[in-house]
Amino acid sequence: MSRFQVVSGKGGTGKTTVAAALALALATEGRRTLLVEVEGRQGIAQLFGSDALPYEERRIAVAPGGGEVYALAIDAERALLDYLQMFYKLGSAGRALKKLGAIDFATTIAPGVRDVLLTGKACEAVRRKDRQGRFVYDHVIMDAPPTGRITRFLNVNDEVAGLAKIGPIHNQAQAVMRVLKSPQTAVHLVTLLEEMPVQETADGIAELRAAELPVGSVFVNMVRPHLLDEDALRTAAGGRRKEIAKALTRAGVSGSAALVRPLVAQAAEHAERVGLEREQRAVLAGLGLPTAELPLMGDGVDLAALHDLATELRKQGAGEEGDA
Amino acid sequence: MSAATAGTPSTTVAEGGPDTDAVAEAGLDTDALLDDPDIRIVVCCGSGGVGKTTTAAALGVRAAERGRKVVVLTIDPARRLAQSMGIDQLDNVPRRVDGIDGDGELHAMMLDMKRTFDETVEAHADTERAKAILENPFYQSLSAGFAGTQEYMAMEKLGQLRAREEWDLIIVDTPPSRSALDFLDAPKRLGSFLDGKFIRLLMAPAKVGGRAGMKFLNVGMSMMSGTLGKLLGGQFLRDVQTFVAAMDTMFGGFRSRADATYKLLQAPGTAFLVVATPEQDALREAAYFVERLAAEDMPLAGLVLNRVHGSEASRLSAEQALTAAENLDDARIVDQRAGKAGLGDRVAPDPAVTASGTTEPPLSPEAGQASGPQTSAEHQDTTENEPPHENIAHAATAPEGDTVDALDTADAIDVISIEELTAGLLRLHAERMQVVARENRTRDRFTVLHPEVPVTAVEALPGDVHDLDGLRAIGDRLADGSAPAPAGAA
Repeated sequence: MSRFQVVSGKGGTGKTTVAAALALALATEGRRTLLVEVEGRQGIAQLFGSDALPYEERRIAVAPGGGEVYALAIDAERALLDYLQMFYKLGSAGRALKKLGAIDFATTIAPGVRDVLLTGKACEAVRRKDRQGRFVYDHVIMDAPPTGRITRFLNVNDEVAGLAKIGPIHNQAQAVMRVLKSPQTAVHLVTLLEEMPVQETADGIAELRAAELPVGSVFVNMVRPHLLDEDALRTAAGGRRKEIAKALTRAGVSGSAALVRPLVAQAAEHAERVGLEREQRAVLAGLGLPTAELPLMGDGVDLAALHDLATELRKQGAGEEGDA
Repeated sequence: MSAATAGTPSTTVAEGGPDTDAVAEAGLDTDALLDDPDIRIVVCCGSGGVGKTTTAAALGVRAAERGRKVVVLTIDPARRLAQSMGIDQLDNVPRRVDGIDGDGELHAMMLDMKRTFDETVEAHADTERAKAILENPFYQSLSAGFAGTQEYMAMEKLGQLRAREEWDLIIVDTPPSRSALDFLDAPKRLGSFLDGKFIRLLMAPAKVGGRAGMKFLNVGMSMMSGTLGKLLGGQFLRDVQTFVAAMDTMFGGFRSRADATYKLLQAPGTAFLVVATPEQDALREAAYFVERLAAEDMPLAGLVLNRVHGSEASRLSAEQALTAAENLDDARIVDQRAGKAGLGDRVAPDPAVTASGTTEPPLSPEAGQASGPQTSAEHQDTTENEPPHENIAHAATAPEGDTVDALDTADAIDVISIEELTAGLLRLHAERMQVVARENRTRDRFTVLHPEVPVTAVEALPGDVHDLDGLRAIGDRLADGSAPAPAGAA
């Protein structure tokens, strides 16, 4: 099972929610997971209803059976200063570099350095062991940049390795790339059952594969319940309005005559959507990847909803594929 | 928000409207904005996945069909959306979109970030120097799309389009940034890096270090140069230095153009539209953006709230609908027993009697008016095996066939009774009403923070946009944010 799970997806598909639910799902039975974010949005803190996350791993939730979820918001600038400190014992000189704009330069403009620092920090957590030689985290789950940028984000190490041909950044990039391209890593994509996100998912998978990055699962998020089968809906749209009006009255609904048309119209809309969703499911099935579905949380996602989603993921065995 | 407003997805509630208890919101008149000849630039911004690009395209089509000469600058359109404007095969040049009605014109283009950067270099450096820059490995990585470049190039392109004076309205989509704010910051940052202290130090440490009072910088510089050299490798630093040297003459230009574009965005001829969906995250970003625009003196026209749900049957609440659906379930269970007993061919009694079969009290005075309650009590008291619901069984096995459609779908009717069907419609409605309620709550949270921001609500379409007609439909909804939900009637 992959120890490093990267969660990407088109904007608005609920990447952060899925990453958090996955971190909870994988933390059962006394396991420990680390949920990291790399875009400085503090999405994890908002989701768990906690204060803004510092640049520090801290426990954010407990899973059934004593498992723990830790969270970390990786900050490229802090990661670089840490890194300089670790390798060069820079101390106050680090602040001087910062004053000169060198840190800003390295983390903002210097091509790919920022991404190496972000993925590098996550990979360090993946590989970290305690004194007994056991992994500190059973899984590291990354709330990653969206599908449109994920391949470049992960593959940037290659690019930096090409640009910085020697030196620690080069070595770091090579080391990170080895983890990312190994079966230890799985890149998951989150989608909705809508045309644009599904198309973007298919494109993203092709790009990841071309870059030899290991594709994991497709998570279909915000799946709405199907309350009626489509034949029934067509019937409803087709015209049993008088009967429906009578049934509404029998059920105790007042003024039912005026309600039939909008109710039937809503059903027709629903039928159209169900049809479109079926098409998109077929496209997703054609991708030949493991798929997990998560229901729409009607009242928004809070901690309780996250636990429900995690339970759903466990039931579907999500994140469990891949080599050990 | 009250049930009365749930029927209209818009926030453009007329004064003295029915929802006096709701938070007051001003309406955004998008047509007035598009028709205003003084407005030359409309910027659509918002977080990823909210429909920024679609909104920009729909506004472009509408403005063109209202007679303006428009160019839409999209950053990263989904393929189908680009196809809907016929620009899926495009390079970095605006092309005219066919099929626009009226005297106006619509041009559209997709930003090619690298191409734009290359053109900028070519336009501001002599041939030899340009060649040296374009071949530099550092430049090639920088221009291929690292942090800030896309945002910078989008602004650069906007400046170029504006300077050409060929269009009287430019509608620009913003890059899918980490956060909606990046696109305001990135040009400045890139500009200040390219002609900043640090890069000058990299380029000519001796010159700077030689000056009095710069000793600290000199010490810092040699240390940093050494450190960066160690970190990145000497070749990388040499590439950067070569690049900086080659770009030297352009630095002033970069800075001043970044500044000029920034001022252009603050000018009265520019209007920002913040785009969001009625989801927590998107509206949180929208609120940040509204605040940031105000802090930067950038003119905000309003909020476009995309994919809003409404219901024409909002009079019936989710709870009422679910209760009614349960009533029908109960009736159906009794009915199935009746069917097994072979009593399905009796003459249907008054429908009102059936309401009585439920254990729930009637939901409304109208339902209660019927003789139901009393009858119900009697029936339930006497026996459950004497079902009063023959009419249901009758309907399920022998449809009235009052329309052709009903006959066509006789098979479906065999497997689904009118009770099941109606209960399904009610549950569907309950789900819709829950969505409406959630969206209204989220929206109210934004309105409380920013009651001054005019809003237009765009009703959700069941499918995606594929063509100009689809964009026109969205344009209609943008213009008329107060229209009642057509609920699939369109």
